[in-house]
Amino acid sequence: MSIVKFANVTKKYYGKVALDNVNFELPAGKVVGLIGPNGSGKSTALKLMAGLIRANRGAVTVCGKPAGRRISDEVAFLSELDTFYSFFTVKESINFYHGQYKDFDLAKAEQMLKFMQLKPEARVKDLSKGNRGRLKIALTLARRAKLILMDEPLSGLDPIVRELIIKSLASFIDLEQQTVIMTTHEVAEIEPLLDMVVAIRDGNVLKIEEIDNIREEYNISLVEWMKKVIGHLD
Amino acid sequence: MTGFNETQPIYYQLVQKVILQIVRGDLKAGDKLPSVREMGGQFKVNPNTVQRAYADLERLTVVETRRGLGTFVTEDRARLTQLREQLKHEKIDTFIKDMQQMGFNNQEIKDGLDEHLGDSPNKEDKNVNC
Repeated sequence: MSIVKFANVTKKYYGKVALDNVNFELPAGKVVGLIGPNGSGKSTALKLMAGLIRANRGAVTVCGKPAGRRISDEVAFLSELDTFYSFFTVKESINFYHGQYKDFDLAKAEQMLKFMQLKPEARVKDLSKGNRGRLKIALTLARRAKLILMDEPLSGLDPIVRELIIKSLASFIDLEQQTVIMTTHEVAEIEPLLDMVVAIRDGNVLKIEEIDNIREEYNISLVEWMKKVIGHLD
Repeated sequence: MTGFNETQPIYYQLVQKVILQIVRGDLKAGDKLPSVREMGGQFKVNPNTVQRAYADLERLTVVETRRGLGTFVTEDRARLTQLREQLKHEKIDTFIKDMQQMGFNNQEIKDGLDEHLGDSPNKEDKNVNC
């Protein structure tokens, strides 16, 4: 079953085309990476799935439903930006999310705090960038959402936090119930986590491929494959 | 990266890692393998990948999955002995092919091996695999 479907989707920002008549479907129960150079349309695709922006033409559906404002009940979106209130403590942020989302699992959130080594009484505004990154992941993964979308989950974080985040993804996602789609530039680092990749450039989907196939058929890593398909990283 | 090479599928490399652990005796007949989740966390790979590796090991009759209990190394010791032999032959085959490609004849290969194994008893302490 496909969890996400793009049918003839075009998205423009003030006349500039970000996605150009895109068609694709992604299966449920996988970890999918959207890869491509900056400005290729990756984040735009992700925001369309999250219902945060609307397509100029075509339809984006999640589980068969149009991806509009109401899809946030079923979709967890991890923004590249910080999205919590700075005057909250870690614990208060969790309680707030718990109040906002029906699928928020308090027990899982507490488990994640321990895993991420975050102190519940710490104030968000006093957290380092790395610790805010950890909190963001904890809040996102504590939701039992069918679809988890992550925009650059590793970007700008130090190697220790990146490793912790990768580990948390490997151990806390329930792929029997959930699908993860993320944009990333840290391709080599994230490759072992991925089932599939979608290569995007200049607003077009160039290729969708299973990671195992890339290695089995071409005997190359994802980074090499990217260079072939997309040309360059940035 | 995380101890995986760049060219083989990761599930396949996981299979090789587990087989090595079994052959070396780190995992013994009847031992429980880490859960899919634990294994995923440990190697930082996707649970689907671990699942696929375990399914492959099961197909090779090296492990068994018991419903609700987990995945275990087979109790069939004959199979494990066979696995060890199989691995030995594979490695020796590759070694001999490499040597022949470089133009060494059988006697030279044997002498070379004897020399290496004979006069330096400490050599085997060097564990190249890990």
